[in-house]
Amino acid sequence: MLAILDYEAGNQTSVSRALSSLDIANAVTADADALLSAEGVIFPGVGAAGQAMDLLRSRGLDAVLRRIAAGSVPLLGICLGCQIMLEHSEEGDTKTLGLFKGVTRRFADDLEDENGDRIRIPHMGWNSAPRRRASRLFDGIPQDAEFYFVHSYYVDPEPEAVLATTDYGKTFCSAIGRDGLWAVQFHAEKSGRFGLKLLRNFYEYCREVADAQ
Amino acid sequence: MLSKRVIPCLDVRAGKLTKGVKFQGNVDIGDPVETARKYYDDGADEIVFYDITASAEGRGIFLDVVERVAKAIAIPFSVGGGLSTVADMRAVLLAGAEKVSVNSAAVKNPTIITQGAEAFGSQAIVVGMDVKQVPKTDAVPSGYEVVIHGGRRYTGLDALAWAAHCEDLGAGELCVNSIDADGTKEGYELNLTRLMGETVRIPVIASGGAGNPEHMYEALTVGKASAALIASIVHYGEYTIPGIKEYLHGRGCKVRLR
Repeated sequence: MLAILDYEAGNQTSVSRALSSLDIANAVTADADALLSAEGVIFPGVGAAGQAMDLLRSRGLDAVLRRIAAGSVPLLGICLGCQIMLEHSEEGDTKTLGLFKGVTRRFADDLEDENGDRIRIPHMGWNSAPRRRASRLFDGIPQDAEFYFVHSYYVDPEPEAVLATTDYGKTFCSAIGRDGLWAVQFHAEKSGRFGLKLLRNFYEYCREVADAQ
Repeated sequence: MLSKRVIPCLDVRAGKLTKGVKFQGNVDIGDPVETARKYYDDGADEIVFYDITASAEGRGIFLDVVERVAKAIAIPFSVGGGLSTVADMRAVLLAGAEKVSVNSAAVKNPTIITQGAEAFGSQAIVVGMDVKQVPKTDAVPSGYEVVIHGGRRYTGLDALAWAAHCEDLGAGELCVNSIDADGTKEGYELNLTRLMGETVRIPVIASGGAGNPEHMYEALTVGKASAALIASIVHYGEYTIPGIKEYLHGRGCKVRLR
């Protein structure tokens, strides 16, 4: 059973639907015990960092997320969930969870694409996320596989945490983490078969961790 | 590098496609869910649904369609048609759509854009607009005017000024449909599409006039659109999404191929 953190994030139902389509049992929940005893937790998110942090704090979920990250239950952040896992976001000058070292920045207005045109913001649509190092989260997913992105801010973690990068006006980090503590900028739940494969990889890793205990 | 998006558009009335879609083999499919699944499997980057139902009863049937589509496909889809309040938007987003599209409702009440963006985020709010070429005047200096009711009513709004205003109000994307080009199959209104792209920083979807993949190539390159909306050229089996993408790729236009 995977738990999807419930804090009224716009995409939490989509994540649940995607898992159900893979026949992966899942529950959308804000209950600390349910989250801490799940085989794995997905931390979704759409919207503004400040509002999301307010919601998390008002429900004590920031502390729960820190406990999950420090413990043995695997955690996967998606989109805004990913951004909030760093220390600080330029969006609304918001202090965030600090599960990874680094900050979330806004795409600069003057960045240009490969044709010399100023980039459009948000970065919206399909783009690739080639890996900088091997990770089982991306098992069986080709380097040029594309994922669905919608965001105006990007994560800038410490270099060791960078798992994949994406080009849009600049090269930015699109996946971070290590085994059991991962985050992706793109919407895996809306990224077709490769996004679903990534969710399955996460689930299989969770099962192995659970079985080993 | 960001791919250009290929987006089929489906018109739904009372839970059924208004015109059956014929895929290879010419089997007529009237079910929007099955059709969405087929386009998803074919590599569509996104799907747009327009609900042209008038009745409240039909609206309920449509929400059921949205829910079933959300279960059937793992790509984003947007829903437009008849949405005029935040509650209307919430209903389709909760049913599983990623984005809502507002058109005449935004012209009549622009604050709906801001209210929607505040409630659901700008990424969820697409402003659709129908545009007609008119003589340049002080009120419409670009010579492109926003029209509603299928082009029957002029609004007095300059399309470029309206686009900039929508962006300021919080729209995340614009879908620009040329009423002049729509249905002609002679190509998108490239000048309009390009001017829109130069006016706003948010993505622009070109709509109206696609007759073949070359037209799409033009909209995505000369017209600088982020995405091209298509309908009849794929619905009747004349072209397929994989074929269109191969063509675009062959011309050097970056698209998602698998």
